[in-house]
Amino acid sequence: MAINYLYPDFEVQRNESRCITCRVCERQCANLVHHYDAETGRMTSDESLCVNCHRCVSLCPTRALKIVKTDHVFKENANWRGEVIQDIYRQAETGGVLLASMGTPKPYPVYWDKMLINASQVTNPSIDPLREPMETTTFLGKKSTTIRRDEQGKLITDTTPQLKLAIPIMFSAMSYGSISYNAHKSLALAAEQLGTFYNTGEGGLHEDFYRHGKNTIVQVASGRFGVHPGYLNAGAAIEIKMGQGAKPGIGGHLPGSKIGQDISKTRMIPLHSDAISPAPHHDIYSIEDLRQLVYALKEATNYTKPVIVKVAAVHNISAIASGIARSGADIIAIDGFRGGTGAAPARIRDNVGIPIELALASVDERLRAEGIRNQVSLVVGGSIRSSADVIKAIALGADAIYIATSALIALGCHLCRTCHSGKCNWGIATQNPELVKRLNPEIGSEHLVNLLTAWNHEIKEMMGGMGINSIEALKGNRLMLRGIGLCDAELRILGISHAGA
Amino acid sequence: MKHIVVKSRDYQEVNQEIRSTKDKNIVLSEVFGQRYLGSSLKDRELTIEGTAGNALGCFLDGGIITVHGNAQDATGDTMNDGKIVIHGSCGDGTGLAMRGGAIYIRDSSGYRSGIHMKAYEDKQPLLIIGERAGSFLGEYQAGGTIIVLGRNQAGKSPVGYFCGTGMHGGTIYLRCDTLPVSLPPQVAVRDADEADMQVLGGLLEEYCSLFAFDKTELLASHFFVLQPNSATPYKMLYTHV
Repeated sequence: MAINYLYPDFEVQRNESRCITCRVCERQCANLVHHYDAETGRMTSDESLCVNCHRCVSLCPTRALKIVKTDHVFKENANWRGEVIQDIYRQAETGGVLLASMGTPKPYPVYWDKMLINASQVTNPSIDPLREPMETTTFLGKKSTTIRRDEQGKLITDTTPQLKLAIPIMFSAMSYGSISYNAHKSLALAAEQLGTFYNTGEGGLHEDFYRHGKNTIVQVASGRFGVHPGYLNAGAAIEIKMGQGAKPGIGGHLPGSKIGQDISKTRMIPLHSDAISPAPHHDIYSIEDLRQLVYALKEATNYTKPVIVKVAAVHNISAIASGIARSGADIIAIDGFRGGTGAAPARIRDNVGIPIELALASVDERLRAEGIRNQVSLVVGGSIRSSADVIKAIALGADAIYIATSALIALGCHLCRTCHSGKCNWGIATQNPELVKRLNPEIGSEHLVNLLTAWNHEIKEMMGGMGINSIEALKGNRLMLRGIGLCDAELRILGISHAGA
Repeated sequence: MKHIVVKSRDYQEVNQEIRSTKDKNIVLSEVFGQRYLGSSLKDRELTIEGTAGNALGCFLDGGIITVHGNAQDATGDTMNDGKIVIHGSCGDGTGLAMRGGAIYIRDSSGYRSGIHMKAYEDKQPLLIIGERAGSFLGEYQAGGTIIVLGRNQAGKSPVGYFCGTGMHGGTIYLRCDTLPVSLPPQVAVRDADEADMQVLGGLLEEYCSLFAFDKTELLASHFFVLQPNSATPYKMLYTHV
């Protein structure tokens, strides 16, 4: 056998004076890191299997455990860094495409952190959200550009179908298959309680969740898994997935090993066969073709549901968005390249696409310039981490926000980025029943509700600080943003001034 | 029976009329390429005289559609159940991602027919093409059955390039003496045996009676059977970071 060049990334440090050999760590680790040695009566660990998910650390009753980054190093080299060398070892040994999970960990600029929010002083009084009404209700869908009145002179208020959100934040697409039944249930319950929406992803809709339909966005992707008229009519809106921020330009493969009984039933595909979503929709090679699918879905649901088209943020995103706005879609969802994934080729995740901040600014600008901004709502995602990111996105022109990684973290995800292994110790990205039951959907949904309730209050506080009492008035209000440490090109694309100017 | 004269009417109007009518049988005459006819139709029959437009019977859910004429692209897109009978030819993308029911085409079908066709339990979709199909037939096929009969093709391969690329389920039967060129590595080919001919006999029954074709004569020819090498073609593709 060849020599294994890969030294474990982490060390499991066990404080022997605290360890009571209760063996909780052993029972909790699906990666089989911990073992009880009967001879010595002590716990041992194989750190080569550790993914640093903190399950054992969190459950150790005596806080005897911690996981630290190994200080074993290669000879220092700014170009040939350790991770670069190790990836080559991995591929040289297996001949495989490097597969990774969640958003890119590479140090690309995060523009949210380079924008600052305005507040009123003296001349324009700020508003206290605890004292005064503050509106965060958002409607997504086509907006009328003209005012129409009937014969009595009353306003005609009928519109094309809209999504009504109590808060401008929705849970973005994660399929049943990539995440567990209990994770889906947590999202569905939370969406219902919050007055917002969760998204099925392309894995179909489990029969138990049809009852949450009015808070569900059903997705149609290139694999068309589980798509039938009952499914299309079950949700409040239909999303056509053209792309995903973490892997623009490629499709998805849920390996046959993850297609168990329940997943097979929900996706309506055979047991244990790969679920392949081709990179393109094979009926969509143009905006005209996209329009055909948009209207096929509208026909199938008798024009009662808004249709969302989700695309990854790529170089020509503003021209693409302009096309989508003309395709008859009601909502465009743009997913930035730092967005998460249950599995993506690492090289694509880390190198393809553009940041959501720049994509959003340029799309909003382009649609305004073309006079078609009212024809569509814009929803953006791809690593929105806090209420401040939400405020900045809305000020750049978004109507609403999609979150997924933040939601998973609220459910207990520790971002160990090994979703693709299917051995998620937190019961989120796994189909193993023993692991799935570790996530309690009632507690999970409560955490999601807590998170978004807190964010919504922070949003109101920041709006109040700016003297704005309706989220509508913040939309595309770029005067409320200033750049910090950005160059002229970045400021121009973002359409904002530098701090101090 | 409801009779709708379509002529140059807008498809939304026509489809609305189809949806709102209670009749079990609906006849559309003088159809000139209107789209989405019979979309998600359930337990009703639609007869079309003329040319059916794109996405005929998309998301079909048990209804029966008969076209006396040709159909355009994406016939039976993502259909779940039911039947589409074309007394003529179809354009591209016929039966895209269909999961159940049957599409019977008397003559030919364009590019990308039966792409990503799938199957699930009792849902076993069937696409039969009388003469020939364009390139990319059955690409990413995950289940179900595609039959190309190659009528009037003098035994030559009745399909274009890249037949069955990415195939990981289901079966394609080709009635011809020579194999298509550029068959991808995911596809395993063999000559039809006695058992296959039995299966084909059953599958062709309704098709032949609909179009008054001689089944015995068709079955007297040579068929190739194309099936995937593996249900998990991507298993060996990855290594983990």
